[in-house]
Amino acid sequence: MNIVTAKGLTKDYGDLRAVDGIDFEIVKGECFGFLGPNGAGKTTVMSIVHCFFPPSAGELKVFGMDVREEPSRIKAKIGVMPQDDNLDPDLSVFENLIVYARYFDIPAKRSASLAWDLLAFVELKEKAKVNIRDLSGGMKRRLLLARSLINNPEILILDEPTVGLDPHSRHSVWEKLAYLKSQDTTLVLTTHYMEEAERICDRVAIMDSGKIVTTDSPAALMQKHGGTLENVYLELTGRSLEN
Amino acid sequence: MKIRRAFRVWQRHLTVYTKLYKSSIALNFVEPVLYLAALGLGLGAYVKEINGIPYINFIAPGIIASSSMFAATYECSYGTYVRMTYQKTFDAILATPVNIDDLIAGELLWAATKSMFYGAIIIIVISALGLVRSVDVVLAVPVLFVSGLVFAGIALLFVAIVPGIDSFNYFYTLFITPMFLFSGIFFPIDTMPPIVGKIAFFTPLYHLVNICRSFSSGAPSAVLWDLVWLPVAAAVIAPYSFRLMRKRIIK
Repeated sequence: MNIVTAKGLTKDYGDLRAVDGIDFEIVKGECFGFLGPNGAGKTTVMSIVHCFFPPSAGELKVFGMDVREEPSRIKAKIGVMPQDDNLDPDLSVFENLIVYARYFDIPAKRSASLAWDLLAFVELKEKAKVNIRDLSGGMKRRLLLARSLINNPEILILDEPTVGLDPHSRHSVWEKLAYLKSQDTTLVLTTHYMEEAERICDRVAIMDSGKIVTTDSPAALMQKHGGTLENVYLELTGRSLEN
Repeated sequence: MKIRRAFRVWQRHLTVYTKLYKSSIALNFVEPVLYLAALGLGLGAYVKEINGIPYINFIAPGIIASSSMFAATYECSYGTYVRMTYQKTFDAILATPVNIDDLIAGELLWAATKSMFYGAIIIIVISALGLVRSVDVVLAVPVLFVSGLVFAGIALLFVAIVPGIDSFNYFYTLFITPMFLFSGIFFPIDTMPPIVGKIAFFTPLYHLVNICRSFSSGAPSAVLWDLVWLPVAAAVIAPYSFRLMRKRIIK
C-alpha cells in the first residue's frame, strides 16, 4: 500500500526550481531513501511531505490526504527528525519531550511515561534534567530522534540522520532505525552517505538537480551499474556524491 | 487557525517563562520603578504639579502603559526573532499539528498576556505606593491585553521584514522611543506644537496612557474613544502581521 504518492511534484524558490516535477511512491513499512549531494532537492521534498510548505505545482498525498488541504491531520501521524538541532534550548531534556507532546494534544499524564520510555530507548535517561546546551552532538541527535517519536508516528522522516556523527553514534542510530522498521514504521530519509543508504534503505531515489534520476533497491542498482552506490551515482549523474 | 493549537504555543512560552521569570521579572520591575524614582521624585521636586496633580502621581499611571508596551514589544521583536532564527523553535513546532497561523496567533496571545501581566504588576506597585486615586485602575487590566495585541502585532510586522537582529535598533530608536517620550507619560502633549498631538493620535501608547490615567483617577468614561481606538487598531494590524510573518517563515 502506498503511504506517500507524489505526482509532478515541483517546488520553486523564486527563480530557482529546487524540485522539478518528480513522481514517487513510498510503500507502507519500507525504508525509502533520497540520495544525492547537497542542493539536489532532498530536504525540499521532505519539507513538502511533512507539510512545512506547500508544493508550487503537482500533487503530494500522504495517508491519502493532500498536503495542501489536511496539513494538521497529516502531521499528527508523522515524526520529523530534522537535520539542524532545533531542540528548545530554554528547556531541559525531559521538558523538551513534554512540551513537544503537548503540540500533539497528548495529555500530561501520558506524556511523562512516554518521555521516560523514549529516553530509555535513546539511552538518555540519566540526562533527563540536563540543559540542552550541555549535551554532546550525538546526544542531541538521539534526543531529536526521541522527540520525533513522541506521537508514535506511522511515518518517520529523517533528514540526514547521522550527519556529523562519529562511527559509534552512527551505528547506534542505525540500530534504532532498524528496530523502528521492525515495528512497521515507514522510514523516509535523506542521506549523502552511501553506507547509510546501502545498510538501511529498501529502496533509494537518486536525486540530482531537483530530479529523480532513478529509483530502485540499492542491491539492484549496484548490480545493474556495477560496483558501489558511489559508482552508480557517478555513472548516472556524471558527478561525485560527496560534494 | 485553531485556538487550541495556538494555546499550545502559548503554553510553551508559559512553561519557558515560569522557568526563567526570576531573572526577567526583576528587570521589568526595576526599570519602571527607576523612572518613578528619578523623574517622579527628582524632576518632581521642581515640577511640583501638572494639571493640579503632584508630578509623581501624574506619571505613575503612564508607567503602567509603558511597562506593558515594552513587555509585548520585546516579546514579539527580539523574542520572536530569536525563536524563529537562532533557536529554530518555529521549525520544530511546525513539524507538529500546529500550523503557521496557529503559531503566529500563539506569539500574539502570549505577548498580550505578558503585557497584561507586567502592567498589572505596576498597578500593584503604584497602588501600594499610594499613587493611584481610584480602584477603577483594575479595569485597565483587560485593556492591557488588547493594547498588548497591538504592540505585539506591530513588532511582528517588523520581525517579518528585518534582515538581521541589528535592525531592531531602527525599530526602537525611530519608533518605540519617540512613542514612549511623546505619549503623554511625562508631560501633557497638548502643550507641544499641534503636530505632535496629531502624530501621537496614531500611536497606540498615547491612547493607552490616556486610559491608564483616567482609570487611575476614577474617570473611565472620559476615554471612550481611546477604548475604541485600541481594538480597532488590533483588528487592522493583525491580518498584516499574519500575512507578513507567513511570508517570512514559509518560503
